[in-house]
Amino acid sequence: MISIQNVSKSFTLHNQGAAVIPVMHSASLDVAAGECIALIGASGAGKSTLMRMIYGNYLTASGRILVGDVDVASAAPRQIIALRRTTLGYVSQFLRVVPRVSTLDVVAEPLLVTGTERAAAQDIARGLLARLNIPERLWSLSPTTFSGGEQQRVNIARGFAYPYPALLLDEPTASLDPVNRETVLCMVEEAKARGTAIIGIFHDADARARLCNREVDVTRYTPGLAA
Amino acid sequence: MTPLLQVENIAKFYGPRIGCTDVSFDLYPGEVMGIVGESGSGKSTLLNTLAGHLTPDRGAVRFDTRADGQHDGGLRDTVTMSEPERRMLSRTDWAFVHQHARDGLRMNVSAGGNVGERLMAVNARHYGQIRDTAIDWLGRVEIAADRIDDRPTAFSGGMQQRLQIARNLVTGPRLVFMDEPTGGLDVSVQARLLDLLRGLVREMGLSAIIVTHDLAVVRLLADRLMVMKDGRVVESGLTDQVLDDPQHAYTQLLVSSVLQV
Repeated sequence: MISIQNVSKSFTLHNQGAAVIPVMHSASLDVAAGECIALIGASGAGKSTLMRMIYGNYLTASGRILVGDVDVASAAPRQIIALRRTTLGYVSQFLRVVPRVSTLDVVAEPLLVTGTERAAAQDIARGLLARLNIPERLWSLSPTTFSGGEQQRVNIARGFAYPYPALLLDEPTASLDPVNRETVLCMVEEAKARGTAIIGIFHDADARARLCNREVDVTRYTPGLAA
Repeated sequence: MTPLLQVENIAKFYGPRIGCTDVSFDLYPGEVMGIVGESGSGKSTLLNTLAGHLTPDRGAVRFDTRADGQHDGGLRDTVTMSEPERRMLSRTDWAFVHQHARDGLRMNVSAGGNVGERLMAVNARHYGQIRDTAIDWLGRVEIAADRIDDRPTAFSGGMQQRLQIARNLVTGPRLVFMDEPTGGLDVSVQARLLDLLRGLVREMGLSAIIVTHDLAVVRLLADRLMVMKDGRVVESGLTDQVLDDPQHAYTQLLVSSVLQV
């Protein structure tokens, strides 16, 4: 489902003496449907960078990143927009939303943009919010004022609202209490069971052991760090 | 899929000075494109040239017109089409939201009249229906129905801007040009307007081109982004990619200069 082939990336900081910082060199990785792969490596090794490259959030200098039949590294913006709508989901560590939009609508939005009826989309959103223990009295409020853990759970609910065939998870269980952590792990397991290809960053070793088929140490793709 | 708008090599000069030049892009149905850059970068010149307010010195602006009695539809160059045709387009399939609501509204006509006028321009004649449609649209932009007979001069800045949006969208356009739609508004009003615009874009399947200098606004509204400097496009791409991984020196400067709240 996801195939990363020989991918490289560097940042050029034009306003800081045009410093060129190579961050990734010939990374390759394949994830089949129903598989979950963990990216590991020390902080700064490039786990999030690789994830952002797969999502098209960072440009790729060379190589191919195939998600389904789309090469994210060379695709036009509108192809990536379409890919993100129906194929590739991303649960980032931070929630970014329009102020004053209710939590229910934030979670339902990925369904609304794919043409689900409002009532049906909100039903699914309610189910996810209830499952993730967001108190019902908060559903009509904007999540911008929520606590860190609550925002994280709203973000997860939003990321799981639409059944994407490929999913990127950046620390989905960070800042969660044991009960909610368990819920999130179950949701990831269910997604795997339905055939979703998952790439995740989990600092939580137990979660990794339980969910992941393989671990990929990105350090070996980090220029200057590779052994 | 055919693009809704196809811009090819557009240039507009003011005497020897460059307004904008070498601009080309395709916009597809349902896409929202942001144009950012500092003042004087040519973004408003570009918007006004695309919308037919200024005549370009070079290039083509092709729009996917609907078939009607006289024409077959399909991509037609709006630069070379006749003035009446272009005016018809700007009353039906196109809309233009000005930065200053008073440039886009008739200040001495009631709110209902402002919305109704555009309907009458496309041959709506039944008074009761026009008024009902006007009330419906005022409701969508969160203006109370009992303000329908008030003039925009009695409205706050945010209400005027929302009225301008209602006036523009009432005829069901397919492409909306917006020049700093949230400029000069309080942040609280701005947030509400952004949410409104996003909902309308999604529900009506609108395409839009939004000029702004506010990077937070484009991040929330636009799928794609073009960065302009000195009349030229220096960088373009997916909005979040351009903002999170800017390639051009000027974009990097722009992004790193944003103050964090």
